[in-house]
Amino acid sequence: MFMTLLKKELREQRRTHRLLIFLAAFTLIGLLSPLIARYTPVLLRSIPDLPAGLAELIPDPSIKDVVDQYLKNFSQIGLLLVVVLTMGLVAQEKERGTAAMLFSKPVRRATFVLGKWLASLSSLLAGLALAAVGCLLYTYILFEPLPVADFLALNALLAVFLGVYLTLALAGSALARSQSMGALAAFVLVVLVLVLGSVPRLGDYMPGQLLAGGHALLMGGSFDAWPALAGSLVLAGLALLGACLFIEREEL
Amino acid sequence: MIRVENLVKTYGQVRALDGLNLRVEAGKVYGFLGPNGAGKTTTLRILSGLARPDAGQAWIMEQPVAFGSAPLRKMIGVLPEEPAFYPWMTPRELLRDLTAPLYGMSPADSARKTAALLERVGLSSAADRRIGGFSRGMRQRLGLAQALVHQPSILLLDEPVSALDPAGRKEVLELIDSLRQQATILLSTHILADVERVCDVVGIIHHGRLVIEAERESLLERYGVPVIEVESEGALQAWSEQAGSLPGVEQVSLANHTARLRVKDAATSLPAVLQSIIGQGLPVARVEIVRPSLEDVFLRLTEEAPQQ
Repeated sequence: MFMTLLKKELREQRRTHRLLIFLAAFTLIGLLSPLIARYTPVLLRSIPDLPAGLAELIPDPSIKDVVDQYLKNFSQIGLLLVVVLTMGLVAQEKERGTAAMLFSKPVRRATFVLGKWLASLSSLLAGLALAAVGCLLYTYILFEPLPVADFLALNALLAVFLGVYLTLALAGSALARSQSMGALAAFVLVVLVLVLGSVPRLGDYMPGQLLAGGHALLMGGSFDAWPALAGSLVLAGLALLGACLFIEREEL
Repeated sequence: MIRVENLVKTYGQVRALDGLNLRVEAGKVYGFLGPNGAGKTTTLRILSGLARPDAGQAWIMEQPVAFGSAPLRKMIGVLPEEPAFYPWMTPRELLRDLTAPLYGMSPADSARKTAALLERVGLSSAADRRIGGFSRGMRQRLGLAQALVHQPSILLLDEPVSALDPAGRKEVLELIDSLRQQATILLSTHILADVERVCDVVGIIHHGRLVIEAERESLLERYGVPVIEVESEGALQAWSEQAGSLPGVEQVSLANHTARLRVKDAATSLPAVLQSIIGQGLPVARVEIVRPSLEDVFLRLTEEAPQQ
């Protein structure tokens, strides 16, 4: 039964172009990050009437700038995209009536939620894989090779980071009966976690620290964001469990 | 086969079901009749496992209906009032790749059954078209197909023909009729002609309670109220206004040059009606004692049923 629902969700990801959007948008982020890092100083130096001496102050770009740009783009545009593409997944089915059609069949409701989660995560990971390849390639062309193993580790952490917000958005969608309320619930949950990330001590366990940890790893330092990794996995697990339990009990 | 005892369901201030009791015997087509808002859809949602009753219990094939119970749903096929589908899917994909596998059917059986069902409901030519472009009638046919894919023992049909044209209605009712040996059918509708056509037993629900439940013919015999029809091209309006005060006349309605007089006893009231017609000089084309219809029974019983 789970495989049947998962196949249906994967087909839906393709037919509704969610997969295409993930692939295209993430690939673009992956390709543009090294480009932006490489040519932003050039653009700045080419500003007419730039005060004397200022051009020399603009540092030459390095792969550190690539990684900074990559993480910044994903933590902003990437995160927004993940939330927007996920926030209506469950609520839309309830609003449309297809959830009731499914639940009148011998379907475990939790399986319905898990299928959606896994299919969405698959699209995200596929997009992230293309982004990583694109970034590696363009960084190699424009700068120098990135340390592949550490860059892949960074992307694994990025996958966890985005995966947490994807799960939160899905949970928000599961709590609502309409797409608009699903969107609101998704954004409330996401913003709550983002805000908690800035609370001292507590922030160490929030997903935001994963990116800092991955960045440090790539720059030759050690990875010390283990609390954030544990906290992120627990947060995602709780969100998914909460979504499943809510759907199991909800009347349609 | 289907048994409901003292079912209660409340939505806020609205008591949708108020101690509903009904029983559907195996192999019967049960017409679940009631006006809009009577509680028909709520009953079907509880039987489908989509809603929980506030009180009471339901059984399907002697197994208690539990909210969210997956095993029980293997035995039932459900057609909701407005079947909803994924617009990006085709009927073939819906039945073969999603619905049939959910009931544990093999790929070969799913494919074979899909082709047969699409033929049966008249959607073969649209089998590979996206459902998003379907008319309401086509979606209703597809809804019936998805309810039948696993050959259920119990069919719960909520307004199965409401969106169909007369030809489609006839086809689907004939299909439902052909299923009576294979399944026990609970058919919810407000269209009396459909009930008259296919149902063995009629249960009339009003304000969340079963007002009456009986074999269709027995219902007409026991509760059918005789009606005297007077057809005239003359001053029928004026005559019908005073006809209401004739002895034994309970109600007078007027439509299409015909006055319908609901009477307690046709034999007693007819002489008075004829005398009144002659006395008023009303030119008549027809005066007839009409066999009561299910509509007459339904209207009478729902008017007389106690309200909360």
